[in-house]
Amino acid sequence: MKKVIALVLAMMLVLSAAAMAESLKIGVFEPASGDNGAGGKQEVLGIEYAHSLTPTVEINGVTYDIELDIVDNQSQTDKAVSAAQTLVNDKVSIVLGSYGSGVSMAGGDVFAEHTTPAIGCSCTNPSVTLLCDYYWRVCFLDPFQGTVMANFAKEEKQAAKAYVLTQLGDDYSTGLGFYFQQAFTALGGDVVTGEFTEGTSDFTAFLTTAINEGCDFFFAPSSTTSASLIIDQAASANVTFPIAAGDTWESSVILDAAKGKNVEVYCSTFFDEKDESSTVAADFVSGFKAWLNDNADKKTNNGGNDIVAAVSALGFDAYNVAIEAIKAAGSPDPQAVAAALPGVVYDGVTGSISFDENGDANKDMAYIKQANNETGEFDFIKTQSVADLG
Amino acid sequence: MFEKFFPYLLAGVSVGGQYALIAVGYTMVYGILRLINFAHGDIFTAAGFFMVYIAATMPLYIAVPLVIILTVLLGFTVERVAYKPLRTAPRMSIMISAIGVSYLLQNLMWYITGGLAKQYPVLPWIGDTITLGNTSTKVVTIVTPILTIALVVALVMLIQRTKIGMAMRAVSKDFETAQLMGIKINSVISTTFIIGSFLAAVGSMLYFSNYATVTPTIGAMPGLKAFVAAVFGGIGSVPGAVIGAFIIGIAENIIKALGYTTFSDAFTFALLIVILLVKPTGLFGEKISEKV
Repeated sequence: MKKVIALVLAMMLVLSAAAMAESLKIGVFEPASGDNGAGGKQEVLGIEYAHSLTPTVEINGVTYDIELDIVDNQSQTDKAVSAAQTLVNDKVSIVLGSYGSGVSMAGGDVFAEHTTPAIGCSCTNPSVTLLCDYYWRVCFLDPFQGTVMANFAKEEKQAAKAYVLTQLGDDYSTGLGFYFQQAFTALGGDVVTGEFTEGTSDFTAFLTTAINEGCDFFFAPSSTTSASLIIDQAASANVTFPIAAGDTWESSVILDAAKGKNVEVYCSTFFDEKDESSTVAADFVSGFKAWLNDNADKKTNNGGNDIVAAVSALGFDAYNVAIEAIKAAGSPDPQAVAAALPGVVYDGVTGSISFDENGDANKDMAYIKQANNETGEFDFIKTQSVADLG
Repeated sequence: MFEKFFPYLLAGVSVGGQYALIAVGYTMVYGILRLINFAHGDIFTAAGFFMVYIAATMPLYIAVPLVIILTVLLGFTVERVAYKPLRTAPRMSIMISAIGVSYLLQNLMWYITGGLAKQYPVLPWIGDTITLGNTSTKVVTIVTPILTIALVVALVMLIQRTKIGMAMRAVSKDFETAQLMGIKINSVISTTFIIGSFLAAVGSMLYFSNYATVTPTIGAMPGLKAFVAAVFGGIGSVPGAVIGAFIIGIAENIIKALGYTTFSDAFTFALLIVILLVKPTGLFGEKISEKV
């Protein structure tokens, strides 16, 4: 009997070793819980969809099965470090994510230490790539995004005085708030600032201050959890000014919060599902919607609908950029992949992707959207590119 | 001047009322068991999630009582499972058990909800917007302090005038002697937890009508502040907890009105330290003399 068991165990070892010989891992470093959990899940959906289309990669004539190694960084910088360590211990070839800048910066140190490359999907703070040689990204940056929103406030909304509300200790929030403030004052506007701490649920004091100060624009880059509270309380305080934020707010959480309320909510983002100028994007949108509708639990993760979030598109692009890099490297070795990444050029769903010397994608286009209070969907307002800003 | 501060004051009174409803739960359990029930804030959060899920499938006139019943059951079960077996154990053991329950509840909610924020359903009437002077607010802001005071008056009457209230007072004065006098302490303690959980359920409805986002850890902050309020007012004293809660709620919002929003939480906890240093028994706390 013992011999049989030993034999079976030995066989299993051999078989698993054989199976492992031709597979490689791609790490997915995203929040599935915490303040940014909703967005993180949507980003993972984009990656999973891309994986379902391209589950293998051919390197030097050998077909490798790709395994997604998904960890939850819980939207917290301290948890992010251990999540990143899990990934490097699993010997992933490359890491995708994260959704937020703070956790990306925290994880970046671990990735750099283990020479594992990472591609940020929607982390927009400049420091993510600037301070880490092993971080690349496929989205635009906060200085650009902040400038876009400041121009939008000044030109479209004729705002003279803006209230900027940021979350203390959140790199994304304080960064984007700072760039907005810089751009808005450069355009001749006045700025009043406010800061809140993690776990704040009462925003009426900030809104009251904004009303008392006579502000006519409210810019609040923050997590979706805070956002739904801000929108709800703004509606009950009957504010007249528009409320705006960056890419984080492009989420069904915001739509739910704004639905049926008398409040104007805007956000800038990377992608619009109704934009049909590119066939790559159109194919992605129809394919992704069909995939969501076939998988009930995926649809739940998307917020229970089949609206395509910009972060899903970025996740999709990040995965495909990673595949291109692995092909170009000719090896699943993380260091080879890192060396190959700067040369990758990929025509993605969110536009053509190539990297500059910092590892940032050369992107110059943002979409501004408004939450529709009746239909509970985002209405496309306009696109803005750097060139338009002059 | 008044015009400017009025909205902050209004928010302060409303927040104070919500803290008060939670603080009563802390203070009553402490009065009787000498236990700081760390799980109380999580019971408050659980009440929020019960409402999110129940209101999605049932009409509100069934959902509201059902949420209250479920929350009370949860509080009752926690006491029976995690505290009652430790009745004769050192007080530290039961305290640690309370911390364990708190984390268990939090992680259970994390697991069930997937950690994502849920939108609280809008309760009719109290979710409506009204205008006072030139300030717009929700009806719940006005209702909260009134309802809180009504409930607390009822509770004080219950403690002072009824047989079970007398039993509670007896148990809180002297555990063993009360038992010897034929008071069924287990039912008294259960009643205490039932009342505390009931108030937490009502508090959660008022709180989440104002701040309509429920996450697994959302109860932690209001729970902590309610605890500070209970200590401030003199832990063990019901009117003390209520007054402490209102003072903290109003003070926090006045600090925000002055522009020091970042310091409003720091103020609350600094207050806790100062009170413990200067008057450890709190505003209305009884002086504890060691029994020989």
